[in-house]
Amino acid sequence: MTSTSTAYRATTAAARATDLSKVYGEGETQVVALDHVTVDFRQGEFTAIMGPSGSGKSTLMHCVAGLDTFTSGSVRIGDTELGPLKDKQLTQLRRDKIGFIFQAFNLLPTLTAQENITLPLDIAGRKPDKEWMRKVIEMVGLSGRLGHRPSQLSGGQQQRVAVARALTSRPEIIFGDEPTGNLDSRSGAEVLGFMRNSVRELGQTVVMVTHDPVAASYADRVIFLADGRIVDEMLRPTADGVLDRMKEFDTKGRTS
Amino acid sequence: MFRTALRNVLAHKARLLMTVLAVMLGVAFVSGTLVFTDTLSNAFRKQSAKSYDDVAVAVTSYADPDDSKAEPGLSQKTADKVGRLDGVASVSGRVSGFAGVADPDGKLIGSGWSNKGGNFAPAANGKDPSYAFGEGRGPVGADQIALDQETATKGKYRVGDRVRVATNGPVREYTLAGIFTTDDGAVNAGGSLVLFDNAVAQKLYLKPGYYSDLIVRAAPGTDDDKILAAVEPLLGEHGEAKTGAELAKQQAEDIEKGMSATNQILLGFAGIALFVGIFLIANTFTMLVAQRTKEIALMRAVGASRKQITRSVLTEAALVGLVASLVGFGLGVGLAVALRSGMAAFDLKMPDGPLVLTATPLVSALAVGVLITTFAAWLPGRRAAKIPPVAAMNSVHAVATQKSLVVRNSIGGVLFGLGAVAIVGGAAMGKESGRTLIAAGAFFALVGIIVLIPLLSRPVIALVRPLLVRVFGVAGKLAGQNAVRNPRRTGATASALAIGLTLVTGLSVLGATVGAAIDKSTTDNIRADYLVKTAGFGGLDQSAVDALAKAPGVTAVSPDQSAGLTLGGTWEMVSGVTSGAVDKVLRVEVVNGSLDALGRGQLAVSEKLAEDRGWKVGDALPTVFGDDKKGTLTLGAIYQENEFLSPVVVDQKVLAPHNDKPSIQQAFVKMDGGATAANEKALVDALGNNPAMTVMDGRAIRDEFGGAINIMLNMMYGLLAMALLIAVLGVVNTLAMSVFERQQEIGMLRAIGLDRRRVKRMVRLEAVVISVFGAVVGVALGAFLGWAIGETIADSIPGYALVLPWGRIGVFLVLAGLVGVLASLWPARSAAKLNMLNAIKAQ
Repeated sequence: MTSTSTAYRATTAAARATDLSKVYGEGETQVVALDHVTVDFRQGEFTAIMGPSGSGKSTLMHCVAGLDTFTSGSVRIGDTELGPLKDKQLTQLRRDKIGFIFQAFNLLPTLTAQENITLPLDIAGRKPDKEWMRKVIEMVGLSGRLGHRPSQLSGGQQQRVAVARALTSRPEIIFGDEPTGNLDSRSGAEVLGFMRNSVRELGQTVVMVTHDPVAASYADRVIFLADGRIVDEMLRPTADGVLDRMKEFDTKGRTS
Repeated sequence: MFRTALRNVLAHKARLLMTVLAVMLGVAFVSGTLVFTDTLSNAFRKQSAKSYDDVAVAVTSYADPDDSKAEPGLSQKTADKVGRLDGVASVSGRVSGFAGVADPDGKLIGSGWSNKGGNFAPAANGKDPSYAFGEGRGPVGADQIALDQETATKGKYRVGDRVRVATNGPVREYTLAGIFTTDDGAVNAGGSLVLFDNAVAQKLYLKPGYYSDLIVRAAPGTDDDKILAAVEPLLGEHGEAKTGAELAKQQAEDIEKGMSATNQILLGFAGIALFVGIFLIANTFTMLVAQRTKEIALMRAVGASRKQITRSVLTEAALVGLVASLVGFGLGVGLAVALRSGMAAFDLKMPDGPLVLTATPLVSALAVGVLITTFAAWLPGRRAAKIPPVAAMNSVHAVATQKSLVVRNSIGGVLFGLGAVAIVGGAAMGKESGRTLIAAGAFFALVGIIVLIPLLSRPVIALVRPLLVRVFGVAGKLAGQNAVRNPRRTGATASALAIGLTLVTGLSVLGATVGAAIDKSTTDNIRADYLVKTAGFGGLDQSAVDALAKAPGVTAVSPDQSAGLTLGGTWEMVSGVTSGAVDKVLRVEVVNGSLDALGRGQLAVSEKLAEDRGWKVGDALPTVFGDDKKGTLTLGAIYQENEFLSPVVVDQKVLAPHNDKPSIQQAFVKMDGGATAANEKALVDALGNNPAMTVMDGRAIRDEFGGAINIMLNMMYGLLAMALLIAVLGVVNTLAMSVFERQQEIGMLRAIGLDRRRVKRMVRLEAVVISVFGAVVGVALGAFLGWAIGETIADSIPGYALVLPWGRIGVFLVLAGLVGVLASLWPARSAAKLNMLNAIKAQ
């Protein structure tokens, strides 16, 4: 599969950060993790966030996903402004509108694959949409293993369960935090394929933090962060192109 | 290695908190008990030494009051002879018995068992050396009495007041001549003491001119033993003389014996509490070792031997135990002090004395604390030693492998099986030997259950899971699964609770069963509306029975006079009753003959006795009466056993000529209109408003017999509370560990939308599930044990039937659930407050 012009482009933003800043500590020990970042994550698009360690890429994702608080600026998921929300409302928002894929899979060892997949719906107290579930499970190729527990699944299979879990509740946006970080390259490629398919075929919106140029090449768009600022953007990236751009960080050092 | 151990202790302060608390509480219980009993027996010893301080020799008479041929005690003549001996300064003769003092409202002062009366025996100087008068002087003549200070204060009596005093006869009013203080032990323990004029007391309690005891005081510089040697030849065969020193020593020994019994009971409960603590400690060290797998493997890789690893863990445990014991000892001393002032607050008067701190409690506290902790850490220490060096190289955190539980379960199954067989066998055997077998079986069964509990946890908790899911949704579902994730840990936690509840339930079942049997026997056997008896020791006077018979509304009165007759060569217990009334006040089922025979001076005997001796109605039985007179009584009726009748019943009149001081335990009264307030008042009035008489209706009768059981049950509950408290700490500990280990999971759940409320609920429900599981196991085993022990005493309790106190058991289970909720407060809060991002990133 190669990236072609069939990419579905929408004009509205599924999530948007405006003038977003995040500062840790005070005085001399102050660290600016995000420095007035403004960015749109468009509906039906697969966005990768890249940057060297400490560039603020994870912090950006955490803030936009409602997992972390920010110092100033604003974040919207769909029409909802996150800034004024209390923990309870944020939790509800994450439950209903956001899906997550973590680096360490984070499945519950006591639940079967099937139960892990429907966990967000269970939490919300909603009945799963049978047709949609079938489609998702088929897509990630888990049909034969729904009764297994995580300990009986390989790393790749576990992450596929995690992808399915993120998709079942049809969230407005899915965030992935280094989703292939713990996988070998073949399993990683599979998982990335599913994520891209979910965008292409199901119209899902996906935002993924990664430091792997090959993973980034699955995305429709790559945003580069350095020192808490967005320094570049690349549409329809290739692995080589991303790698070259990343190399620039090493040679040029700080970019503004 | 010592340094490593010390560092580990310091690094895990928070996680060791519950362990320290558990050991501390157990040790405090032990050292508190020891210090308290030491202090108390010291105070008692001092007091008894003081009360015999100036006594050279004391003489006691063991004369049989029923033996009319012999002298009833020590005569005045004997006393005078003793008084004329060389070196004797004074001789005081003593008689004593029951005397109840009414307060101005007519109520008895004191508890009945501690209301004493005695004689005021002035020496030549007009003073009685045993009593020091603060106000007024000693009683003189038939109209005067003196009261001890405490009683006078309680009744607000001043010298010159009229005081109503009840002895075994009717109540009388006396003038208060004086108020005194004394070293008398019973008075110092909170009893009341009324002093009468010497002649009055002798007439009341013995016989004019006679004493039951002589107190001999020596002139300065005379050897007590010399006086003893001189006194002894003057006494008849019923008198025994002892020196004051000897008596003080004897009393001290008696106190010691009583104390050591209390001591052992308290220490037994402390032992249970510490035993429960073992589970908590073992859990903690298992977790610490599991978390340190990599570190331990690394030490093994760089050359530490298995022994060194085990030793390191044990040293760590010993350090924790030492610190906890020291704090626990301090707490125990505080507990001992608090207990003493607590007893004072409850009007339990204890003699004063300094706090006694010997080395024994400190050494035992330290030994117990360190040994228990080290013992509990022994298995985890061995497990640590088994970690292979290669575990250090694995990148993935090596989770301790869940070894198959097959071996464990087989052992547990066999132990429990043996225990259960022994318990059932013991129940079938009955009696003392059966109870011993049950105790041994109970031990095996309990150990077996503890070993088996991890296996039981899965199916039992699986049973409630659907309920959890239905009621609490996803939080309930996750909690149910989390509870069985680490079966060993869940098992150990639940075991701690199960032990306490086994004992509590066993006791409750026994209590309820015996209580119900007593209820049944009173309602089945008594027809009377009222039972009248004295508040203290000693029985009713015949005049009281006669007075009851004359009271308005009374339709039948029968006394229960206890006596003995030798019938056909064997001595039998006899009830002396009023013929014609006995079957109106008691439910007597006649098998053969008729109770009318009693009116003709004939005998009635119980069915069992008649069967044993082969007697039939109409038999003439050769009889020897209490005064050795011989005669013949005819058997007129055979009745079914009744709890309130001896195996032989005769009319009082048959016994009267042979017994001038009948011992009437109680009287049964049937009244027109049943038990009403007016009827009760009529009886009280008929008795002359006597404060020493108790008029009990059916309810009071049942309470009287069942009350002791309830008091004992409540005491046991109180003592077991410590074990339960430690079990609760265990639940807190386990939950805190679970939350700590599952940080990442909880972070993920929070990220995908589980709100704080439900995170808390999840943790809480896990705690509830574990606690209730432990409680269910304990209740089941406890009910089983209660049944078994009940079977062994069934023979001695007529109308015995097993009663399961469902209400109480329900309360236990609900309490266990509440305990779970309470124990999870802190772990649930910390789970809900967890920083999501840190949690997800952990590892």
